[in-house]
Amino acid sequence: MVLNNTERINEDKIVLKVYRENRGQKSRTYYDRFEVPYKRWTTVLDALLYVKSYIDPSVAIRYSCRMASCGSCGMKINGIPRLACYTKISELDKSTIECEPLSNFPIIRDLVTDFSLFFNHHKDIQPYVQSNESVETDTEKKTFSFYQSPEDVDRYLQFSYCIKCGLCYSACPTVGTDLRFPGPQALAQLYRYFADTRDESKNRLDIVDDRHGIWRCHFAGSCSKVCPKGVDPALGIQLLRSYMLGISKDNKKLAKKIEINGDKEINNN
Amino acid sequence: MESHSILKESQIMKIHYVTGIAAIFVVAVHILMRLIVPFELSLEYDYIISNYKNIFYVLILESILVLVSVHGFNGIRIILLELRQNKAWENMTTIVTISAMIALIAYGTRTIILVNGL
Repeated sequence: MVLNNTERINEDKIVLKVYRENRGQKSRTYYDRFEVPYKRWTTVLDALLYVKSYIDPSVAIRYSCRMASCGSCGMKINGIPRLACYTKISELDKSTIECEPLSNFPIIRDLVTDFSLFFNHHKDIQPYVQSNESVETDTEKKTFSFYQSPEDVDRYLQFSYCIKCGLCYSACPTVGTDLRFPGPQALAQLYRYFADTRDESKNRLDIVDDRHGIWRCHFAGSCSKVCPKGVDPALGIQLLRSYMLGISKDNKKLAKKIEINGDKEINNN
Repeated sequence: MESHSILKESQIMKIHYVTGIAAIFVVAVHILMRLIVPFELSLEYDYIISNYKNIFYVLILESILVLVSVHGFNGIRIILLELRQNKAWENMTTIVTISAMIALIAYGTRTIILVNGL
């Protein structure tokens, strides 16, 4: 593509300072500096891919959707956990952009980190709807509908936006010292399923009512600050804690659960 | 996540929050009582002993002792739990902090009882 005069005048350059390490080879750690051209709309991911394409293809990064939907490209940009595809260079307003791997995750290579423990914490909280009801299914279609009002959905909707990017886990100071702490992502997802009226699990809260569970959160709020999807994990954790302390009642069922039985509507509280 | 304690962590934290809030009120009363007396008088031996003979003041002191000990030592337990995560360390911190809590409450109560002459 040939740049016109306006685009040439507007093409600036920044220095991309990238953390380099290869744990598999037990290599030393260092920073590489790359001069990268950028435009008003260039994201940090674009800059990193430019480096990989034209300067140094050995830089290891993880990315996929390029639109803040998959959560793969999480990294520390100028010290703050961000999604590289969602961070424009122009909004950082710095001549040097420092890219480092996410904190609180073991490093595999360069900007790629190991998410195994993070995903294990997520699995531990049983992230699926559990129903104790025995239901009569439609004999032909073999399906059953769990009715949920818009008010019921509103109770957990924002927490369902989580893309498991790990930025909150990286920002959490408690995760930095306590590896057994589940982290804000797992706790927020636990609230997501707890607040879901379809879920009837009795022991979901017992999973985190533990020495290293939900009570080790100190309410720093860094998790909500860095979340790119507006999930607000700190809110989810506080809502769970207030319920566990008995301060708030079981309000996930305040909206009436309506069952349709033939022609009759039965309201259940 | 396994937990084998007598109390659930949520129950322990409830106690922690209640003792913290209650301690604020009781300590505030204690401070106000000190402020209404001239400083030099508050340090005199006979005056201090006479305070220990006052049953209401004794109850306030005992409350402060229990509330602050429980809240403080549980806080230390929480801080120590975050330093390391293994069974031996966790059991040790629980035993040490509870023992220290009981010892301090016992010693403080003994002081109050002895001075009061009960």
